[in-house]
Amino acid sequence: MGMTAGFLARLYMLRTDYRNYPSYPHGYIIHLSLGAIAASLAAIALPALLEEEYTAITFLVLCAQQFRDIRNMERETLMKLEENTLVPRGLDYIEGIAKVFESRNYLVMLVALVTSGATIWGGWTWGVPAGLAMILFSRFLMRGSYIRNIAKVEQGQLHFEKSLLYVDDIVIMNVGDPAAREKILEEGIGLMLHPYDDDGRSVLNNLGQRQAMLHDISMLVGNKLEIGEQEWTPAARKNMETGALGIFLMPNEKDIACVIEAAKRTPVLESAVQKPLANTIGRKAAD
Amino acid sequence: MRDTILAAVVTRKHSDKVKGMNSIFIVEDEEELQRTALLLSRILKAMSHDLENGVTILVQH
Repeated sequence: MGMTAGFLARLYMLRTDYRNYPSYPHGYIIHLSLGAIAASLAAIALPALLEEEYTAITFLVLCAQQFRDIRNMERETLMKLEENTLVPRGLDYIEGIAKVFESRNYLVMLVALVTSGATIWGGWTWGVPAGLAMILFSRFLMRGSYIRNIAKVEQGQLHFEKSLLYVDDIVIMNVGDPAAREKILEEGIGLMLHPYDDDGRSVLNNLGQRQAMLHDISMLVGNKLEIGEQEWTPAARKNMETGALGIFLMPNEKDIACVIEAAKRTPVLESAVQKPLANTIGRKAAD
Repeated sequence: MRDTILAAVVTRKHSDKVKGMNSIFIVEDEEELQRTALLLSRILKAMSHDLENGVTILVQH
C-alpha cells in the first residue's frame, strides 16, 4: 500500500515537470524508477521497525545518500544542455531544479511511510485515504511561490531615445542598427514588473531570477534570438530608484497577454529569496 | 573576448574621432556605415552600438 502511494505521488509530481523536462522519456523512467525504490524502502521501514529489525534505518540512510546523487545528475545534465541553449536557464535555476528533484524523492518516502503506517494500524480502509491525503499534501509542500505573488506584471512601452532602447523609463541597451531598431519596435515586447514590497524587490534584484524569467518566457512564447544576432537578446534591467524591472524580448508570437502570463508563472527561485522585511533593520529601512 | 570592441566603423567626416585600434573601417556616408556595421556584426557575431557621434562600434557580449 505504501509503495503504491509513494509511486503514485512521484508520478503525480512528474506531471508538473513540463518546465524542467519538455520531452525526455528516459528522464521520466529514471525518476519513476528511483521514486519506486524510494517508496518501497520507506514502505517497509515501519514494518521492519515493528519487527525490531533496526538495520532498516541503515537502508534509509543509504537511500538518502543515493538521492543526493540525483541532484548531481540533474545539475550535470542541465549544465551540459545549457551550453547549447540560446536563452540559458542560468546557474540558479539549475540548482533550484536539481534541489527540487532531490526533495521530491524524500517526499515520496514520507508519503510511503505515512501510508504504510496507516495501513498497519487501521487496515486498508485507513491506508487508502491516508495515501490520497498524503499525495495531495505533498503537492502542497512542493508548491513554491511565483512571480505573480511578489510583483505586478504589466506591459511596458518600448521606445528609443536615439540609439538607446527603453522600456518605459528603464534603459535596456544601445542598438546601433536603425533597421534593427525598427524591427524591435514592431515585433518586440516590453514588460514592467513592479515589486509589491522590499522582499519582492530583492527577488527581482537577483540576476539568476531574472535569467530564469527570461528563459521561462522564451520557452513558453518562443524567442527570435539567433546565433550572431545579438540585437534580439532578451534583457532585464532594473530601475534603481524603485526596484521595478523592465524586460525586453522578441517573442515568436507577439501576444502580450500570454507573455505577461508566462512571466507571472515563473517560479521564484529558492536561491533568490531574501527577506529583508523579516528583520528589524530591513523593516526600519523600508519605511 | 566578452565585452571587447572588435571593430569600429566611422564616416570619413568623423574619422578623427577614433584612434589606436586595429580594425577601424572608414566609410563614405551613413548608408555605407550601416551596411558595413550590419555585415561586420553578422560576420563577427557581435552587436553594433551607435556612439551617436558618427562612430559605430562592434562589441561581442
